[in-house]
Amino acid sequence: MQLRSPASASGIGSGTTRRTLANVLLHLVLILGAVITLTPLVWMISASFMPAGGANTIPPRFLPRDPTLAQYVILFTRLNLARHFLNSALVTVVATIVSVLVNAMAGYAFAKLRFPGRDRIFQRLALALVVPAQVGMLPLFLLLRQLGLVNTFAGVMIPYFASIYGIFLIRQYALGVPDELLDAARVDGAGEFRIFWMIVLPVIRPILVTLAAFTFLSAWNDFMWPLIILSDSAKYTLPVALANLSGEHVQDTELMMAGSVVTIVPALIVFLVFQRSFVRGIMAGSIKG
Amino acid sequence: MKTLPASRQARSAWLFLAPAGGLIGLFFFLPVTAGLLLSLTDFDIYAIAAPATARFVGLRNYLATLSNPMFWTAVKNTLYFVVVGGPLSVAVSLGAALLLNAPRVRLRSLFRTVYFAPVATTLVAVAIVWRYLYHPRYGLLNHVLGWFGIEPIEWLSDPQWAMPAIILLAVWKNFGYNMLIFLAGLQSISPELYEAAAIDGAGAWRRFRHVTLPGLAPVFLFVGVTTMIGYFQLFAEPYVMTQGGPFGSTRSIVLLMYEEGFRWWRMGVASTIAVLLLLITLAGALIQIRLQRRA
Repeated sequence: MQLRSPASASGIGSGTTRRTLANVLLHLVLILGAVITLTPLVWMISASFMPAGGANTIPPRFLPRDPTLAQYVILFTRLNLARHFLNSALVTVVATIVSVLVNAMAGYAFAKLRFPGRDRIFQRLALALVVPAQVGMLPLFLLLRQLGLVNTFAGVMIPYFASIYGIFLIRQYALGVPDELLDAARVDGAGEFRIFWMIVLPVIRPILVTLAAFTFLSAWNDFMWPLIILSDSAKYTLPVALANLSGEHVQDTELMMAGSVVTIVPALIVFLVFQRSFVRGIMAGSIKG
Repeated sequence: MKTLPASRQARSAWLFLAPAGGLIGLFFFLPVTAGLLLSLTDFDIYAIAAPATARFVGLRNYLATLSNPMFWTAVKNTLYFVVVGGPLSVAVSLGAALLLNAPRVRLRSLFRTVYFAPVATTLVAVAIVWRYLYHPRYGLLNHVLGWFGIEPIEWLSDPQWAMPAIILLAVWKNFGYNMLIFLAGLQSISPELYEAAAIDGAGAWRRFRHVTLPGLAPVFLFVGVTTMIGYFQLFAEPYVMTQGGPFGSTRSIVLLMYEEGFRWWRMGVASTIAVLLLLITLAGALIQIRLQRRA
């Protein structure tokens, strides 16, 4: 796996020094990149523990002098952020569970069940990936209004339930399920749904985790759709509530940082726990391109 | 051997597809089609209460939108974001992937995790964080620039700087995603190609130019097109950081669509903007595919 650079073959003394130098430089650049990448997040966390006004100093203070939980107390008492946290959690969890089931069924059918028009339908679906979601957003709003789903959690969740990308992801993986496994179960007289539930789902479990992690993050982080569909501020999800707060509390840097921490931390935890699944999903997504 | 009749398997297939098909049909394809029709009507706030009052107006919304200077400003702003921010973001992703893919990198997976972390964060929350980093007096960014003798910049209140500020945030937020795709691409290039090039006496730059870049060509096409489609949908950053200002310098096409549709409830006009966005996106994707095929 390790690739020898040609310099190692040519020089001995000076070549080694040059290589060591290049190696040190490489790591310095990597560390600089990591510092730049982490600074906004670290500053956010640090400022969230400062008292009001603590972040507005010259020169800017990077670490709190007297760390305090005051901002978090305000968020969870006066501003009732727990409600928005629960709204987000509810929407995200339900959307994730439904999306995994619905897309797994469809992805498996496209991969393993024979039916007329299968490949044609699948290719048509692929074309739709280019269409920006915004094109359908206005009519979708009007449709949900007719169905009485505007300003409801169901209305927020509906767009996440089935996704073309999710079907792609599952199909790609399910293609690898051996046909013999399914045929053996059929010979034993198992019904198609039983085969799916008892055999296919356990086998494709890794990609289900990937899809669940992706759906969780996109539902948790989404802003535009909940902003459009929710009108009652008590029902706002965290990002919408946060954007709303940031308008009223422009001057309250430390308070807004605490709100950002509460919003971002669950997403970061899910990412850290399911890192491998993310990497797998992104790489699988790019290969089909 | 007993095999399942094809018709029975097809019947179960349709059952498996029904939930996803129904949801995507009802909540994606139907609205997208309806969006095309809606753009041909004068659907407004009165029609929301009584949809029957909306009338067919042909291409009137299109003519009005195409002669509205605000629309063209939004197109210009969005193109600025796509044309500068897109390639910049792809370049940073490629750079990070090359660094991580270099031999003898220590703590490779730790660096990878760190670089990817912003992708997982909530856009609205980090946009708020960056709004404070960009503060002309108290912001960290101007402070650091001050070390190099650079005068404080009015990042978000100067029309010259507001869009670059948004681009910087977007690059920081997004580069980790394409970095992973580039890493996968780099690892799929056969080491023998590099060895052969090295034997031929090719230096680092020529190996990059003649082995790495051609090897990444399909990845470039994928990354380029998906990044561009995503960047055309710029919305939350200006919504949170600048509300489209100063002087409309960050009002994107989607922000304009949102304001027309959900602030003024001119749904017909907003749908027209959405359809035009689709057309611009398609044109951009086709141009990019053409250019990359030729290169």
